[in-house]
Amino acid sequence: MPRSRALDPIAQRQRRLHALYGWMLLTPALLLLTLFAFLPAAATLWGSFFSRGTPRRPAVFNGLENYADLFADPTFWTVIGNTLLYAAVTIPVSIALALLMALWADGRMPLRGFVRGAYFTPTVLPMVAAANLWLFFYTPGLGVIDAFTGLFGLPPVNWLGQPQTALWAVIVVTVWKEAGFFMIFYLAALQTIPPDLREAARVEGAGRFTYLRRVLLPLLMPTTAFIFINALINSVKLIDQLFILTKGGPNNATKLALYWVWEMAFSYFDRPHAAAMTVLLLLVLGVVAILHFTVFDKRIHYR
Amino acid sequence: MISSLLVRPIRWSTALDAAGAWLLALVWIAPLLFAVWASLRAPGEALDFSLSRPFTLDNYRAAWVAAPWPTYMLNTLMLVTFTLAGQLVLCTLAGFAFARFRFRGREVLFVLVLLQLFILPEVLIVENYAMVSRLALLDTIAGMGLPYVASAFGIFLLRQAFRSVPVELEEAARVEGCSWLGVLWRVYVPVTRPVYLAYALVSVATHWNNFLWPLIVTNSPDTRPLTVGLSLFGAPESGVNISIISAATLMVVAPLLLAFLIFQRQFIQSFLRAGIR
Repeated sequence: MPRSRALDPIAQRQRRLHALYGWMLLTPALLLLTLFAFLPAAATLWGSFFSRGTPRRPAVFNGLENYADLFADPTFWTVIGNTLLYAAVTIPVSIALALLMALWADGRMPLRGFVRGAYFTPTVLPMVAAANLWLFFYTPGLGVIDAFTGLFGLPPVNWLGQPQTALWAVIVVTVWKEAGFFMIFYLAALQTIPPDLREAARVEGAGRFTYLRRVLLPLLMPTTAFIFINALINSVKLIDQLFILTKGGPNNATKLALYWVWEMAFSYFDRPHAAAMTVLLLLVLGVVAILHFTVFDKRIHYR
Repeated sequence: MISSLLVRPIRWSTALDAAGAWLLALVWIAPLLFAVWASLRAPGEALDFSLSRPFTLDNYRAAWVAAPWPTYMLNTLMLVTFTLAGQLVLCTLAGFAFARFRFRGREVLFVLVLLQLFILPEVLIVENYAMVSRLALLDTIAGMGLPYVASAFGIFLLRQAFRSVPVELEEAARVEGCSWLGVLWRVYVPVTRPVYLAYALVSVATHWNNFLWPLIVTNSPDTRPLTVGLSLFGAPESGVNISIISAATLMVVAPLLLAFLIFQRQFIQSFLRAGIR
């Protein structure tokens, strides 16, 4: 904007009006964001420094004691281990499956509409319903899996009831639910890649896998980064299936971070420790946000 | 389709691709197909795959009378409507402000809004519960929907859409004497209708399926949405057998699933549009 305009009283008045309108338009959204994001986040941090109050003994400031309690609690380390394993398996597996699905659903083949629909269907189901469907697979003795393995004379397995298999059973449900959703983003990205590239690669004598590795994957990097961030966030927030399948058991084997927060706050009414755990989760999400805005931002679809 | 297969020499790789794709597709909808099967069988015969045994709708009848589904459904509809209506109004205004108004602090505010993409309402359940309780909104539709109304995602999406609207369109309307809100309503909203449609579909699907927060905020059958109702219904301790759970699950997913099957193309396009921008 030219310097002389700044002195022009009409323009100045115009600009002030502009600012006023801008703020007015933003007020409702900012109010709600304050009520349900910023204040609660601040209150969580604040509350995590206080002891649990009782009617007779009010809460007192106890510094980092709640955090120390968490670190000293073996359950904490089980939960962290579970969540890390859960994320480390569900994220790459669902991304790889999503890519495979997209490559197939993008190609020419009979019944392509059916194939696309089948991959995407789990996305429109509530997680609770998806978990119910899988319950029917996992039920020991009566479930689909046991009926199938029984044909080969294998004994029934309590997939959700034993610590070695329970988390894996939950992971399968999550992958099933998420892969088709992520496929959509790959599908969109694939459609922007010019077909000439494939021709050129073929002329150069590149096989399918060379083409995939040297041409497609690099071009799909921004999409992969976008999906990765989404998958990371989902592995923190998506815990609905636990309520149906395992309730965090057996013996904490499927207790994920947010489920533990819920349990501490709403089953044991231990808000200070739930707050401390929430703060740790927010820290992780903060790192994800920084990763997103700095490392990936330029290359991601945003903007 | 058959003639094209005959005319062109079939390449092995293509055939393998198709076979793999179909197999995976079958595996992917198998849980749904098994549920349909189980829901139509007499209790105890869910895994009996002989067609000689009779099919029955008894499971649906039993599931239907065992819980107040119409109330749950109505609650879900109200929740989805309330949330979407609020989101559309607030995100339109905020997106417009970010797209077309210059003022001090705009960039900082925008980053604050984007932060909400990461400070998830799901993670703040404890303090959000306290807040809803302070506002006396526990066990209400508003309490379930309000934390999601100022959607950072919606604000971001609409801001991007508004920024792509040519300024000439706006200026033409301004010359004809439209106010700012008039311009927004007559120019920006109509031009970006596809984005609204996409956002609406994604929002409805998200909140129709949302579970954790409604579970926390509701405590009576009168306000519970379908997902919470279903979770209570299917609880193992309720002693309901798998055929009836399957029937109930299918009843719950049926509306959204039918809508998806009918509008599959629009659905996928919407998720694309909403995800990519």
